[in-house]
Amino acid sequence: MAGLWVKFWGTRGSIPVALDSATIRGKLTRAIVAAAGKGLDTQEKARAWVENQLEFSVSHTFGGNSACVQLDAGDKEYVLCDLGSGVRVFGNHVVARDGASKPNVYHVFVSHLHWDHIMGFPFFAPAYVPGNTIRIYGCHKELESALRRQQDAPCFPVPFHRLGASIEFVTLEPGRSYDVAGWSVTAKLQAHSGDSYGYRFVRDGRVVVYTTDSEHRLDDPSAVEAAATFFADADLVIFDAMYSLAEAVSVKEDWGHSSNVVGVELCQLANAKHLVLFHHEPANDDERIAQIWQETLRYEEISRSGESLRISMAYDGLEIEL
Amino acid sequence: MHITQEHYADALVLTLAGRIDNSTTEGLKAGLDAYVATCRAGGDRLVLDFSKVEYISSVGLRVLMLAAKQSREQGGTIVVAALQPVVREIFEISRFNLVFECFGTVREALAKVSPAGLAAYDAKRGT
Repeated sequence: MAGLWVKFWGTRGSIPVALDSATIRGKLTRAIVAAAGKGLDTQEKARAWVENQLEFSVSHTFGGNSACVQLDAGDKEYVLCDLGSGVRVFGNHVVARDGASKPNVYHVFVSHLHWDHIMGFPFFAPAYVPGNTIRIYGCHKELESALRRQQDAPCFPVPFHRLGASIEFVTLEPGRSYDVAGWSVTAKLQAHSGDSYGYRFVRDGRVVVYTTDSEHRLDDPSAVEAAATFFADADLVIFDAMYSLAEAVSVKEDWGHSSNVVGVELCQLANAKHLVLFHHEPANDDERIAQIWQETLRYEEISRSGESLRISMAYDGLEIEL
Repeated sequence: MHITQEHYADALVLTLAGRIDNSTTEGLKAGLDAYVATCRAGGDRLVLDFSKVEYISSVGLRVLMLAAKQSREQGGTIVVAALQPVVREIFEISRFNLVFECFGTVREALAKVSPAGLAAYDAKRGT
């Protein structure tokens, strides 16, 4: 796949979420009713209708795995953000495509050490394969100990030291630019319990900002300005929009997350081109998330003063070309 | 931020005007603070008249949240009235319609929070 792509393997916040049978039956029921009279008498017609006509929240799900995003420039070495449960799916995909024995190099930038952002690593198949190199970058001094500890007995049957791959840890300094696998990467401290770090990736004049688990204090102009500088002219901003604005500034203030409304405003301030709402609240079902998407599109229209901002809602399996 | 006030018995109607964004929020906060301080149990009910507000951003909504929180802690009542369609949409998108009880008109707001205020309001208008 040529060009620069961003692929979403895990998009849910806090904890993975599975579709249950009742939800699937509900989607099927709605799809069958919507398909009535459409003459969908072949697989091809049905597939095209599902992909192009059926309501998005019925034909899709916004994803159950926790945070894992891939930056794909077509290189041999892989670049990822976070090790949530989505990294299990990514790892299986690589093994299925390349075979288990082909040695690969993986560069992983970890936002922070809360469980939903590291829980996929014990299930990351390439970690068990000798010959693979996994380089894990982060700004927390506990980066290595946190990854090791989650595989300690009695929590997991395979201790970290038994993993076959060569696993290295690299501590980054926020604000400093690093060259990794063809990308220039800069970390930024974010407001979140225990701290989190956003990453600004630059390559071939393209900019991707990965900023999850970050609360934006609206009463601090210098913090708003710093965020806008970090997002400046980004082609893509992957943004934690877990809560509504009302929740984020009231009962869930200081919980370390942000909202769709603030995401739009910061991207507009920063002249970013494309906002992806990410880290979905586990309590929200597909219909609710689709509603938030439509509302965010409308808020962008209302608040727009210059160029329009493209807005997407992240889901597991979403791929965006820069 | 331009704020005007009218008293109706035990209700105070504050009419906000203009655009509430980064450049005007400090003015909004400064303008509201004194009124919110007295919005307590047994004190004036506050009705925020939004009929002249064209837009409100997140930072402005946060100021309203602080006002609501303080009023409630003091046992006071604060409601919103006469949202323009676009501002009503912003309240719904941000879920601030769940924070504030929103009324179509100032009169409807007074009817809910202050019967005496409603009578004074109607008397002033000869209705």
